[in-house]
Formats: sequence, C-alpha cells, structure tokens
Amino acid sequence: MKEISLILNLSELLKKSINLLKLVFLAQLLLLSASCGDSQTNVEKGNINGTLYWGNGTEPQSLDPQIATGVPEHHVISALMEGLVLKDRKTLLPKPGVAESWDISDDGRVYTFKIRDNARWSNGDSLTANDFVWSWWRALQPALGNLYAYMLFPIENAQEYYEGALTDFSKVGAKALDENTLQVTLNHPTPYFLQLLDHYSLFPVHKETIEKFGAADERGTRWTYAGNLVGNGAFTLDEWEINRKILVKKNKNYWDSDNVDLNEIVFLPIDNMVTEERMFRAGQLHVTSSLPADKIAAYKEIDDSPMRISPYLGTYFYRINVDVPHLQDPRIRRALAMAIDRVNLVEKITKGGQIPAYAMTPPGTMGYFPESSLQYDPERARKLLSDAGYPNGKDFPITEILYNTNEGHRKIAIAIQEMWKKNLNIDIQILNQEWKVYLDSESAGEYQISRAGWIGDYVDPNNFLDMFICEGGNNRTGWCNEEYDDLILKIAPATKSHKERLEIFQKAETMLLDDMPVIPIYTYTSIQLIDSAVKNFDSNIMNHAYYKDIYLESLN
Amino acid sequence: MIKFLLSRLLQAVPVLIIVITATFFIVHAAPGGPFSADKAVPPEVIQALEAQYKLDQPVWRQYLGYLGDIARGDFGPSFKYPGRSVNELIMAGLPITAELAFYAMIIAILIGVLSGVGAAMRPNTLQDYVPMTLAMIGICMPSFLLGPLLVLVFGIQLELLPVSGWGDIPGDKILPSITLGTGYAAFIARLSRGGMLEILSQDYIRTARAKGLRETTVIIKHALRGGLIPVVAFLGPAFAGLLAGSFVVETIFQIPGIGRFYVQAAFNRDYTLILGMTIFLSTLIIIFNLISDLISIWLNPKLRDEVSNG
Repeated sequence: MKEISLILNLSELLKKSINLLKLVFLAQLLLLSASCGDSQTNVEKGNINGTLYWGNGTEPQSLDPQIATGVPEHHVISALMEGLVLKDRKTLLPKPGVAESWDISDDGRVYTFKIRDNARWSNGDSLTANDFVWSWWRALQPALGNLYAYMLFPIENAQEYYEGALTDFSKVGAKALDENTLQVTLNHPTPYFLQLLDHYSLFPVHKETIEKFGAADERGTRWTYAGNLVGNGAFTLDEWEINRKILVKKNKNYWDSDNVDLNEIVFLPIDNMVTEERMFRAGQLHVTSSLPADKIAAYKEIDDSPMRISPYLGTYFYRINVDVPHLQDPRIRRALAMAIDRVNLVEKITKGGQIPAYAMTPPGTMGYFPESSLQYDPERARKLLSDAGYPNGKDFPITEILYNTNEGHRKIAIAIQEMWKKNLNIDIQILNQEWKVYLDSESAGEYQISRAGWIGDYVDPNNFLDMFICEGGNNRTGWCNEEYDDLILKIAPATKSHKERLEIFQKAETMLLDDMPVIPIYTYTSIQLIDSAVKNFDSNIMNHAYYKDIYLESLN
Repeated sequence: MIKFLLSRLLQAVPVLIIVITATFFIVHAAPGGPFSADKAVPPEVIQALEAQYKLDQPVWRQYLGYLGDIARGDFGPSFKYPGRSVNELIMAGLPITAELAFYAMIIAILIGVLSGVGAAMRPNTLQDYVPMTLAMIGICMPSFLLGPLLVLVFGIQLELLPVSGWGDIPGDKILPSITLGTGYAAFIARLSRGGMLEILSQDYIRTARAKGLRETTVIIKHALRGGLIPVVAFLGPAFAGLLAGSFVVETIFQIPGIGRFYVQAAFNRDYTLILGMTIFLSTLIIIFNLISDLISIWLNPKLRDEVSNG
C-alpha cells in the first residue's frame, strides 16, 4: 500500500516537474514565434533597404586614420573618409577623389592638386587645401604614434621633420597655394605617389573636431566616437557599439552623394572565421572577410558558388637568419629554396588558389613581372648542398623553423620539413611561439628560419624590395648588401622612365634571390563569400572595397 | 554573523592584493610588448607610446602608480584600443555577459536540480541512469562542440533560431544560454543527486516518513533544504565561472561580452585591460563565494550554530 502511494507521489512530483519544464519551453516558444513573425534575414532586409552587412574581422582598434593600422580599420575608415585620389575598383588606377584634377611637373617632383569646390566635411564645412596641410602635419607628429608616418616620407623633408632633424614644418613639401590648390613637392619623382594618396594615413582629418576633444597630437581622444567624428567620405559614423557593430549611413554632404547607392553599411566584428561562415549561410552577412581553409573544397563544388578567390598583393615567405653559421653560405640557402615543391604545397596543403612564388614581389605589381632563376629542382639543390660541404645532407646541423602558433602555418612548416628531409636528407625541427613572443624572437634575430608574410601597402615593387635594405626595420635577416641598397635608395628613384625603373627593380630582385636571405613560397589570395545581391564589388589585388560604387540587387 | 562577514571581507583584501601584484608582474615579464607589430615600429613611435603609457618608468614605479589608480577605481586606458578606458570596455561588456550567465544559470538549475532530485528518489533505476548518463555526457561535452552542433541543427538545418548575435534578432539568446548552461546543469544534476541521496538516508527523513507524510512533502519540505546544500555551495563559484568562462560561447555566437576582451587582451599584451579584467573578475569570485557561503549557512542549521557561536 505504502509503495503504491510512493509511486503515486513520485509520479505527481514528476508531473509537476514536467509541467515546469513545459512552462519553460512554452516561454521559449513564445520568444520563437515572435522571431518567426519577422523571418527575414539581414540579407533580405538589407537588399530592400540598401543596407550592406559586412563581416569585418576583428573589432577596430581605432578609427583615427593617423593611428589605425590593419584591414578591419581600413574598411571602416575608407567608408568615412576619402583622400585626394580614389582608385578604380578593378585596376586600382588613380581617379579623382577630393581632388578633381592634378598636374605633375615635368621632372615628376611637383604635384599640383585642384580640390573640388563642392568638397565638404560631413558637418557641411568646406574642405580646403589647408585641411590637407594640417592633416599631414598631424600625421608627422611623433607623439601621435602613427605607424604609417613613413607613407608620407616621399614628400620633401617629411622624414627629416618627423625624425626631428627639421623643426620648421613650412619647409616640408606640402603647401596650400589657395583654398583649392594644394602643391606637393617630393624628394624624388615617385611614380607610386598617387597610389599613396588613397592610403588612410594621408586622408584629411577635421581640425576643429580633433582640437575640440584634445591636443592635435594626443592619442586616443574621443573625436572618433559616433556623434563626434566628422569625416569627408561617402558615409558618416552613426553607431559604434564595441564588439557588436559599427553602423555608417550615407553622407548627404559628400560631393558625389548622388552616385552613392547604399544607404547604410553595418560592419560586424567577427573574429571567428567558422562563426562568420555560419552567419553567411544563415543570411546574416552579405560579405565575409575570410573563409576557413577546410571549407574551400566544399564551396568549390557549389554551382554559382558565393566563394571568390582572387590574387592578393602579399607574399608568404621564410626569412633565413644569415648570421647562423651553417646558414651563412648562399648556396645552402638556395638549396633550401630549391627543395620546396611549391606547386604541391599550394595544391595539397593551402588549397586556396595561392600562386607559387619564385620571387619576393608578386607578379604583375605595377606591370612588373619578376624573372627568377629559382625553381623546384631537388637535383640541383642536392648538388648545391654538397658543394657547400654537406654531401647528401651529411652532418648538416639540425635546423629549426619558427612560426607563430597557427594551424595553417604549422601544416606548411611540416610539409617543408618533409620536403627538405626527402630532397636534401637534412633534419628540421619546427617550433611555434605565440604571436607576440614570435615577433620578439624574430626582431631579436633569435631564430634560424622563420615564417613571414608581407602584405603590400601600395602597388609598387618598391614596397616589397625596400624591406631588405641593410637598415630596414622589416629586414630582420641580417642580410646586408650595399649595392642592393644603392639600387633601391638611389638609382631606382632617379630613373627617368617606368621601364628603366622596373629594370632596376629586376636587378635588385635578382640580387636578392641569388643571395636568398628569404625564401618566397606563395603569393596570397583573398578568399571571401559574397552574396549574389552585391554588385559592383570587383576584386582587385589590394582587396580594397569602394563602397560608393557598391549596390544591392533586390530580387523582390 | 556580522563578525563572520567582516572577517571574510578582511580576508579578501590580502587576496586581492596578491592577485594584483602577481598579475602585474607576470604581465610585465611576459615576452612581447603591447606595441610590437608585424611591421617594424619606428623607434620614435615606441618612445612616444611608452612615454604616454608610462612604460618608460621603472616597473616598481609603474606598479605603485597603478595601485594608486585602482584605489580610485580607475583601471587606466586600454593599450590596444586608443581612446577607450578599461572601465569603459568592462562596462560595455558586463551587462551582456551577466545576462548570458544569468540565463545559463537558470537553465542549469532547472535542468540540473530536477533531474538530480528525480534520480536520487529512485536510485539505480532508469529514472536515475538516464539523466545521470546524460549529465556525464553534458559534463564531458565542451561548449565549443555543443555550440556549433546546436547551431547546425537549430540554426542552419531547421532554421528555427538565429546562429549568432545577442539581442539583435529575436530568439538569439536561446542557443548561447543553453550552450553555456548545459555543462553546469550536468554538474548540478550530479551534485543534487549526491546531496539528496545522503539526506534521504538520514534519520529525520525516516521520521518524517514514519509520521506518514506524503513523499512529495518529505522531499520538498524536508529533504531539499539539506540535499541542495552542495548545489548552493557550487552556485557562487559557478556564477563567477560563467562570467569569466563565457569566452568560448561569446566567440561562437559573436556576443559582445567581456569574455572576448579578456582573451584578446592577453594576446595583445594589453596590460591594463588584462589587469583590469583579472581584478574585476577576482572581486566577483570573492563576492559570489561569500554569497553562496551565506546561503549555505542559512540553509544548514549546523553551520548557523557554528557561525553564531564561533
């Protein structure tokens, strides 16, 4: 009898608990039904309202164009601000931006920009040549900590001023001849100067706003907050919620606002690639910033795949520390470089359409296609190693490849480790370090071979080759060749024609490859998912987006 | 009781000072600085930045200065996000993380206590084995697996729930809360089963049953109070753990909480942000431990006597 009542009581308790659970689920269902009434995805809504949902990688550190570095920052800033020139979205050739036209003197050193009359700040103030002079003065204040100050160094005396050798800014080659005329004098004819003007470190900034929130050279004031920021781009900053989103809206004061189609862009900071891909599939994003490598194969299978793979102005390479005794002989470094089967590597390991690289500069940079004697040749590699005193890899010291902790870098290092073992019979260890530790080791020269990547700041071979001058901060290999320095620093800037200049670069590149302080591995690609509604978003080798051109095609 | 509270609060002070000191020196000793970057940083810039953040001073002076700042409740400016203060970053993320942790906790308690108590009432039967096996799976299943699984099923396949976000799309809070809560639900289920089993074998329960009380009354009025003491003791640290450990869930679901800042700060060597977050979370852990102790005392007459007599 007692047992029966116990069971009855128990079942009662269970029923009660089940009822409670039901209640919970009911509550959630209610929430759900609320969501079902509004079943449109971001993409569907955006296509109707003209709102672009943009996967933007990480949370931007700063929107101050003279402090920011990094791709996510660049995306937002280029929506909010604009330089003297814009670029064609396909070819990246300069086209008028804030400047409606420009003249270049015969010696190629003096640029005179005519600033358009209707150039305005987002608060309605007119934008003048003086704004550029003031902005560039600010960009060159050391206290500001501008990592891209060197982008201004082609301007006469800019470097001297920045480094303190010159204190009078009026001697720097940027002058406002009148409200609408800006004259820029360069140290040398710099064929890529117009390219630089589309870099955010040379964008104009609004003096009154900056000074309202602190000193001109004070870092991290609140002028870049939503509600404060005054820009001159096609969009204005409407909301900035940390780690959640940045919302920009069409700027009615923009000189070309009639030709801006988008009403809004929502930049979403999504640092997890896997999450980003899922959000794209769920229709929460128009464009992703990346795609996990293991998904590339699946997206290739899809008809009308939203995946876009396009060449990117960057080189994946290994640095060799030429001060390590057994790596001092260039023959050994060449042997290592020749024993890497790059085609196999990009097809089997990286799989993202990367292009095997046999020179430092990506092919096609400003019409420059570097010639290289480097190729995959295990036979010759063995011979070189043998000539250098290690026949069949005998007694070759164990050598270490350093890379920053990352699954992709690890796979590549392992593949190269195996190729060198198989082709040269030498033993390689691989060592990973956390990013900042790795940076420290590399700059201190505490490595033997180290993974590296370089993404171009502007489209010119100079950006890849001037890295390896003796005193170059990004050299980090210990390699130094005065003849090379002369080619890059003196001879190339003094050339009269583009063709002649490229020949000098080729000479320098050959010198670099003969000595091989770096082993080029592949040219990067940018891999993104793009919704079919996004139009006029062409690929280019900088992977720059020109938001003023983009429009969304609504299917409804 | 007040004496107990006071002594616990006093104990917290040296604990916090040790935490601050240890973190401060470990962070500053870690290789790699906040301003090192892929591209070489010109010496002029390094100098300017170090001067601005007082990194050019001797470490002991930085330490003393920092202690002075936090005594005023100022965690300083973030190194990585110029223009943002650490206080501002914490305050931006905290309400979101707290809300997430709260929902996760509710789910954990509801599922955990119900299945744990149910299991304890009929030990070694299906009613015990099934929830306890599930609990074991729940404990073992990491959120970085459960989260994407739930997203695949409910977000992508069934298209019932949003795959990410927090408060942007209706229903987007459900999956993260479940993902974060499940592991804790499993723990709570096992704890409450253990606690209840122990209590149900006590004499006073036998007495209650002998008096002819209904089993529900016995369980709810007499057993639960004692049986859930281990659960209550677990809740304090668990809630603090939910706040501090929400990083994985916040990353999977793209939630702008504090967990993401914490891990990013460590990678970026954002000294002030690491320190600020550590101190803030340590304080929370101390407070929640204290609260759960107070509740345990309230629930357990034996402890109550000890505290008031001792």
